[in-house]
Amino acid sequence: MKLHRITALIVRHLYLYRRSLPRIMEIFYWPFLDLVIWGFITLYLARYQSQVPGFVTFFLGALILWDMLFRSQQGITISFLEELWARNLMNLFASPLKPSEFLAATMAMSVMKVTVVSIVMAGCALLFYSYNILIVGVWLMPFVLNLVITGWVIGVFTTSLIMRFGQEAEVLAWSMVFLFQPISCVFYPMEVLPEWLQMIAWANPAAHIFEGMRTVLGEGAPPIGDLAWAVCLNGTLLVGVVAWFYRTVAYCKDQGLLVRVGE
Amino acid sequence: MTPPVLKASNLTKRFGNFTAVNGVSFEIRPGEILGLLGPNGAGKTTTIQMLLGLVTPTAGSIHMFGLDLSTHREEILQQVNFSSTYISMPQSLTVEENLWVVARLYGVSNIARRVNDIVKKLEMEEFCGKITRKLSSGQMTRLTLAKAFLTEPRILFLDEPTASLDPDIADKIRSLLKEERRSSALSILYTSHNMREMEEMSDRIIFLQRGRIVAEGTAQEIIDRFGKADLEEVFLKFAREQEQSSS
Repeated sequence: MKLHRITALIVRHLYLYRRSLPRIMEIFYWPFLDLVIWGFITLYLARYQSQVPGFVTFFLGALILWDMLFRSQQGITISFLEELWARNLMNLFASPLKPSEFLAATMAMSVMKVTVVSIVMAGCALLFYSYNILIVGVWLMPFVLNLVITGWVIGVFTTSLIMRFGQEAEVLAWSMVFLFQPISCVFYPMEVLPEWLQMIAWANPAAHIFEGMRTVLGEGAPPIGDLAWAVCLNGTLLVGVVAWFYRTVAYCKDQGLLVRVGE
Repeated sequence: MTPPVLKASNLTKRFGNFTAVNGVSFEIRPGEILGLLGPNGAGKTTTIQMLLGLVTPTAGSIHMFGLDLSTHREEILQQVNFSSTYISMPQSLTVEENLWVVARLYGVSNIARRVNDIVKKLEMEEFCGKITRKLSSGQMTRLTLAKAFLTEPRILFLDEPTASLDPDIADKIRSLLKEERRSSALSILYTSHNMREMEEMSDRIIFLQRGRIVAEGTAQEIIDRFGKADLEEVFLKFAREQEQSSS
């Protein structure tokens, strides 16, 4: 991998954000709106917190962490869509850029987006609801890192589908992650799922992170088991989707789809 | 005899039952301009896309600088670039920003000087700070040409490079291409539907019809072989033959 090719793509996206209000809003506006709406719903529901201890803590923490996963996925998929919309894929894939460098650049963009969104959401939560995300403690960082990687897994998978099926599949960029939300057990414990769905949820690393968060906040116990599952699943799935991405690129080159994907 | 910088052997591309390119072989020597001619659907674009590594050949091989494209993609594409009327560049970036990104992508050294040089060479100073979306089609063509020259390639693939340029700029571009070829032994694969331009620019011409090479030689050799008055008449002959065979 060559660093200059990765930075070229990052710089290209930073140029884009520099003068695009809608793109900047995408980073600030939606997370802010999410937090305001769900934050007030949480405060309302908190009246019943005698039945669900630590409700506010669970819910707002989960909301912020879920948005990190969402933005991580978007960082990958939207960066690809930007190239698609600009009809720039041909320029990129006819250059010495490798698929691994392309992915590395989109992952770097994803980390930048997650960082900005996290700061915005954590700041707003503190300001509006006196909620401090750091209450999760030292486990926050491994949780976030794992959620970012889960976001990459979903992002690379979605990108491969859009590359394979063309622009009409671009709706997946926004909808795919929500397919994972019910089995990520963001706002409820895994045990509330039907047994057959619990088995599917177990294969989802995000579910272990949210379970882990509840373990830390509810019992104050270290979520070692949950984290171990998340790390193993993330590692396996990331290798799998990157291999899938390479296969998709090869398939698209064979079928001549790479030059037609933006049409 | 100097070895070819590009050697395509028995290049074939099939999409299902349709054969877009069928056993095409050719070479380009250092400093040579090879014209690729043929009616729409003859296989020119697919050939160029295979040479750029965007489409994988069904059969055959591509060697550039003595290296196999299928195994040395990165080293080869570092020394190759292309421009086409049909490509675009990121629309929300300025012309200068786009050139900087391309320069970084190819690891060009001293980017500021190189971008400045190319902007001057292609007379792009007046729209250098403009957002790409706001460029006229002629300015856009000059940007894609600048992108191609910026990386100082050894082989350039130009797909109708002067299609949307006014005659004055088109003439300057042709002069620039000839100058680059002379000064740096730049090899060029050139397509155009302007037959006078093809005669002027090309050292040799390859005619494609239904994915096959049907004629090869200098413009004059091809004209003489088919007993026509000029290259345009030869082109019309092949285009109508292809049209008849498809209907």
